[in-house]
Amino acid sequence: MKLHELSLKEQLNGLKEGSFSSTELTQHYLDRISSFDKSLNSFITVTEELALEQAKESDKRYKSNKALPLDGIPIAHKDIFCTEDILTTCGSKMLSNFKAPYSSTVVNNLSSDGVVVLGKTNMDEFAMGSSNETSFFGPVKNPWNKEYVPGGSSGGSAACVSAQLASAATATDTGGSIRQPAALCGLTGIKPTYGRVSRYGMIAFASSLDQGGVLARSAEDSAILLESMSGHDPKDSTSLNEDVPNFLGNIDSPIKGMKIGLPKEFFEKDLPNHVESSTKEAIETYKNLGAEIHEISLPNVDLSLPVYYIIAPAECSANLSRYDGVRYGYRCEDPKDIEDLYMRTREEGFGSEVKRRILIGTYALSAGYYDAYYLKAQKCRRLVANDFTEAFKSVDLILSPTTPDTSFKAGEKSDDPIEMYLQDIFTIPANLAGLPGISFPCGNHEGLPLGVQLVGNSLKEAQLFQAAHQFQEATDWHKNLPEVK
Amino acid sequence: MALSDKELNEIAYLARINIDKDSFPSLKGELEQILDLFEKLNSAETNEVEAMSHPLNLSQPTRPDEVTEEDQREKLQETAPSVQSGLFLVPKVIEGEN
Repeated sequence: MKLHELSLKEQLNGLKEGSFSSTELTQHYLDRISSFDKSLNSFITVTEELALEQAKESDKRYKSNKALPLDGIPIAHKDIFCTEDILTTCGSKMLSNFKAPYSSTVVNNLSSDGVVVLGKTNMDEFAMGSSNETSFFGPVKNPWNKEYVPGGSSGGSAACVSAQLASAATATDTGGSIRQPAALCGLTGIKPTYGRVSRYGMIAFASSLDQGGVLARSAEDSAILLESMSGHDPKDSTSLNEDVPNFLGNIDSPIKGMKIGLPKEFFEKDLPNHVESSTKEAIETYKNLGAEIHEISLPNVDLSLPVYYIIAPAECSANLSRYDGVRYGYRCEDPKDIEDLYMRTREEGFGSEVKRRILIGTYALSAGYYDAYYLKAQKCRRLVANDFTEAFKSVDLILSPTTPDTSFKAGEKSDDPIEMYLQDIFTIPANLAGLPGISFPCGNHEGLPLGVQLVGNSLKEAQLFQAAHQFQEATDWHKNLPEVK
Repeated sequence: MALSDKELNEIAYLARINIDKDSFPSLKGELEQILDLFEKLNSAETNEVEAMSHPLNLSQPTRPDEVTEEDQREKLQETAPSVQSGLFLVPKVIEGEN
């Protein structure tokens, strides 16, 4: 078996047993990146020298029996996570020259556990997009079919893991940016409970919704990586002061008797046959595993999309006001005065989707509209969150498709913002309520993967991993990988 | 919902983003489409509902008032577009005789 075909867990075992070194494994991935990434465009920066240096250090630790929990595993970071002295662009012209002066907590946590960093992955600009077409560094292709998009905003992370150019990758999810690309690229992706993973050094889009997570090839691999990333961080005031459980702890326990809810509002939607049938098949698998299936209702869930498209742009308009061309990042040429400096720097430095969202957010927060839009959206957000609280009184997990369909062709939705926004109808509600959600492969239609999503109650990541792992023990969908040429 | 040129101008100025006049019609169309999406919220009864500004119902934690960051002025200014004597340079802000 080739090194890239091994799962993260198998690679860890291989390193421990000395079957191969981290240097060999790292070089193998670097070679694959140089062979295959020209056409995929999943990396913005490849940190070859750093990776080989880290691998060498890791090999030394293995030799002296001082290996760290994730020692020598080559991963990639979404380019939204600050990496000290390494280009951190967030997919934007605005930060196209920005070398971060410090590293994010996520990057530091993983580095302390010994990972090797292969590079920084492409993404929709400032994480705003569902197709990875809004990146200043060009679109990312879906490894399953290069005419199709990998999803977004963590499209680069998804494409590189799916193409086996990295063992796994970090990612972020504000409205579905981990789970949607996981579904479209045939991966397992988890967005943990809000506050589980520190946001320190993770470039902010919508602070009450943003959450870091993982894209990997299985629930098991995701659990291993998420455990290392998670934990309380005094540098993030919204970080949860809760112990991180062993996410692999009960992954092998049968799920007999687990109660899974199917929200009727999601299943009443007009879904394509292949989405409906693959979701039904996933439900059947869970029945066979001994889960109890219940129909539930989330009566206000249809408010989620408009709520999200008020709250996220409102928060983004405030967060992105920091890009002013003064302290770091892009600055326009020859500004005639300070106002001109701000206005043109932001006109030239931001792409059209980012500008649209800043304008919408500014409007929703402006005098005269605040109550009608922003306050109303916050109240409706509470209604959506309350529906989940109610639902979790009777079920353990909530199942739905992850996306309304398989991937779509590049350019197909890029001219219609609303069409693009509809990609996230099943994923946004979990962000609004701050709940953990996982997506994993459950089918394939015309050569493109399909995903199913489970949402759990607050802090119940371990249960999500258990349910997803048990599904993956019973099915082979997650083992299907694209043949990269 | 219709957006006037004047309103778009005002929002763009509040957001400090220069907008090319030629792109006004298409941009207005896109923004109006997004604003129409929000109409759905009017159907929700929210008089008795408390606004939810954050998913965690926690108060802000406090920490001891201790210095935790060291002075990194030079390092932080390395990435700035224009710096002189430890200061960020911008075009002249105050007009007048000099």
